[in-house]
Amino acid sequence: MAVSAVLFYSISAFILVTGLLAVTTRKIFRSAIWLLFSLIGIAGLYFWMQMEFIAAVQVVVYVGGIVVLIIFSIFLTQQSGQEMLKPFRKRILVSLLAVLSGFSLTYQFIYRYKFVPSSHVPIDVRVANIGSQMLSTSAHGYILPFELVSILLLAAMIGCIVIAIKINPVKK
Amino acid sequence: MNEVPLSHILFVSTALFFTGMYGLFTRRNMITMLMSIELILNSVNINFIAFNKYLHADKLDGVFFTIFIITIAAAEAAIAIAIIINLYRSHQSIDIEDAAEMKY
Amino acid sequence: MPNYAYIVMIPLLPLASFLLLGLFGRKYLRGYSGTFGTASLLISAVLSCITAYNYFFVSGKTNGLYHQIVAMKYVWLPFTPGISIDMTLLLESISVMMIVIVTFVSAMVHIFSLGYMKGQQRLGTYYSFLSLFTFSMLGLVLSGNIFQIYIFWELVGVSSYLLIGFYFDKPSAVAASKKAFIVTRFADLGFLIGILILAFHAESLDFTTLIRRLTSGSPELLKITTASFLGISMLSWGLSLVFIGGAGKSAMFPLHIWLPDAMEGPTPVSALIHAATMVVAGVYLVARLFPVFAISDPDALKLVMYTGALSALLAAIIACTQTDLKRVLAYSTMSQIGYMMFALGVSGYGGESGLGYTASMFHLFTHAFFKSLLFLCAGMVIHAFHSNEIKDMGGLRKIMPVTHIGFLIACLAIAGIPPFSGFFSKEEILQAAFRSSKWVYAVGLLTSGLTAFYMFRLYFSIFWSKEAKLSGNQREGTASMRIPLVILSICTALAGFVPFSKLITSDGLPLETHVNINFSIIPVSIALFGIFSAAYLYRIENDRPEKVARYLGKWYQAAFKKFYIDELYIFITKKIIFRLIGRPVAWIDKQVVDGFMNSLASITAKISEGIKGLQSGKIQNYALYFFAGIAGLAVLFIYLWK
Repeated sequence: MAVSAVLFYSISAFILVTGLLAVTTRKIFRSAIWLLFSLIGIAGLYFWMQMEFIAAVQVVVYVGGIVVLIIFSIFLTQQSGQEMLKPFRKRILVSLLAVLSGFSLTYQFIYRYKFVPSSHVPIDVRVANIGSQMLSTSAHGYILPFELVSILLLAAMIGCIVIAIKINPVKK
Repeated sequence: MNEVPLSHILFVSTALFFTGMYGLFTRRNMITMLMSIELILNSVNINFIAFNKYLHADKLDGVFFTIFIITIAAAEAAIAIAIIINLYRSHQSIDIEDAAEMKY
Repeated sequence: MPNYAYIVMIPLLPLASFLLLGLFGRKYLRGYSGTFGTASLLISAVLSCITAYNYFFVSGKTNGLYHQIVAMKYVWLPFTPGISIDMTLLLESISVMMIVIVTFVSAMVHIFSLGYMKGQQRLGTYYSFLSLFTFSMLGLVLSGNIFQIYIFWELVGVSSYLLIGFYFDKPSAVAASKKAFIVTRFADLGFLIGILILAFHAESLDFTTLIRRLTSGSPELLKITTASFLGISMLSWGLSLVFIGGAGKSAMFPLHIWLPDAMEGPTPVSALIHAATMVVAGVYLVARLFPVFAISDPDALKLVMYTGALSALLAAIIACTQTDLKRVLAYSTMSQIGYMMFALGVSGYGGESGLGYTASMFHLFTHAFFKSLLFLCAGMVIHAFHSNEIKDMGGLRKIMPVTHIGFLIACLAIAGIPPFSGFFSKEEILQAAFRSSKWVYAVGLLTSGLTAFYMFRLYFSIFWSKEAKLSGNQREGTASMRIPLVILSICTALAGFVPFSKLITSDGLPLETHVNINFSIIPVSIALFGIFSAAYLYRIENDRPEKVARYLGKWYQAAFKKFYIDELYIFITKKIIFRLIGRPVAWIDKQVVDGFMNSLASITAKISEGIKGLQSGKIQNYALYFFAGIAGLAVLFIYLWK
């Protein structure tokens, strides 16, 4: 077995184990840390697929941004050291059933499907290429989604402020 | 990387997706539910990158979708946390079972 | 041939007056509503007289035969090429006669009301109702389409209802208006079914076509006579049902019970609607369909004859015992309409045998004058006494000379004393009856004597008898009340000299009639006997009437109680219809119909109670349902939908 295959399977195992721990542990802070590891593993997977830029974005946005935000909100809303409430046993059973059947259903489609590998010359995935195509106005340019997403981000920013703003109690 | 077939990568992403799904169904804390959603989004991202790499190596579309999804996920997380904090202010709890006013 | 387009104005003027007074009468036209209504009616009356002159003496006749003139025709609701509801103005001899009567009497009543209703709060409403009635009645008589007649027939019923209930703060008036409406409406149901039967078989709603098809040997006539239901041909059913409608409006036995109660309305209204015009609508209806009755179905005509004769006699007997002035007049109206009905019933079609038809129309004509005169005089008397009971009255002949003379003329006319108008028409009716059926002739004679008796009973009780007990210095109404009395008195005295048989006959051809002195001796002497016996009993206040009443005992009581017909109706409705039909139906409605609906509602409520748990408000449950749905759809599309 080649080194790269070994690398892949070990990264995959790492992602799945940490992901599973992230959704099952009863300590919320630990859960956040397991999530962090899982996301780092995914970044590793991107590196493995030679998508360095995406891996970098993954690390910067998810690991550096979202997880920190989540930990921050945990500090705001949670007493430290407290265990979370146990989920209802009945719901665990039903969810397990649903998830396992969904997984087997989906995976057996994937397994049976014959993917046709690409025969074209691979493109060079450099940041310069990504940047020029994203901002291009030609047939395969992504300038319009780019603008839309920028507006969405602005809207989300304003939305966060409006939602979280503290409303002064009305004077009687 | 050619020794690993595409279906194995898809196995990883599918498993991650349903792991996130399980968390979404069972967790009662809203922040942990948000984490599960992040896992689900990441599994989709893996799919996009893998398809781009294996099936359409001459294009960059998968990469772009991943970038947009990451962006939108960031916005979504920010909004979700704002909502959760607001809910905590009014209910003194972020347990999903406590926010059940919208029933019959 | 002159242009008859102006005829449209005759019904439209009262309609315009109704709309204007109805909309603005209370606020803006308050002081003028009477003048306004009267003026429009007078124009209408003048136009009607011009029309009558043109029709009868200038242009209505071709080759000695009065024919029909369609002045206006507007197809309103076409159903099939043959059947349509039209708005038509049809001129023929009887409709021209009717518009003259309606507009003339209505104009007189309008003028009389100026004085009689003076100071009424709702004068504008009163005049607008009067105009509505006049419009509907004119539309009715000018109809050329049997369904148009039905529409106006109902409008007449509505305006009659409104006017009877004019004093709506009086419970008896409200009850009377409801009674009149319901009884006539009940009869109109028969009318409608009759119309539908006739129109279905004749395949036309147009009078002219309908009559032509049902009198000549057409396939339609063959079909309608061969089709039968319960052993009676459809033609007889149709005509009898139409006659029931007519009998309801014309207060024929046994549907007469509403007419005496209708006297709760203002007296001028009674003069117009319940004496001269609306109540003769039934007679008019039979006359319009007369060719069908006479030529194709003599059996139905027999029904008309017996009903008329029975009503005439019954009403005359009841009238002798009543003590309410207006009720006596109401029964007298019923009796006279019975006269007209049996005159139609004994008549044949065309030539000498059509005398009854002419006589009936003649009597309708003269009766309109003397009966409205009687009612207006009664209005004067009631105005003076503020009471309807004849016991309270007496000795008015010095105080009210105009009323006295008018009432006397009208009484002589109705009693059939020559040379007043009633004599001529009654004479013709009795001649026609004598030729056709001796029994009906006898009934006519008896009724005639009774009529003379009860009319002069009224006359002597009101104007002679005891001294008047009037409070204050009573004057005899206003000029606007006296003028119509004078005009109507003149008409009553002279109307008999109209050469009626030359103008109105069943087939349009002039008819030669002459007064037969030998024949007249019996009716006139019977009438005189009636008058003298009334004078003997009532001229001076005495105890003879009571003795007679005691001598007659039970018979008197029965007549006084109107032969218990009202009680019979109440027994039938309350004891039989309500108990045997109303209550079971109410039970079914409450238990079965409502129960079904209630159980539907409670089942729905229970089901929703059961499934509302699904809407738990728990997001994770919703997510699970959602996932199950997606998975189910995926399986469906992938495995089952190949």
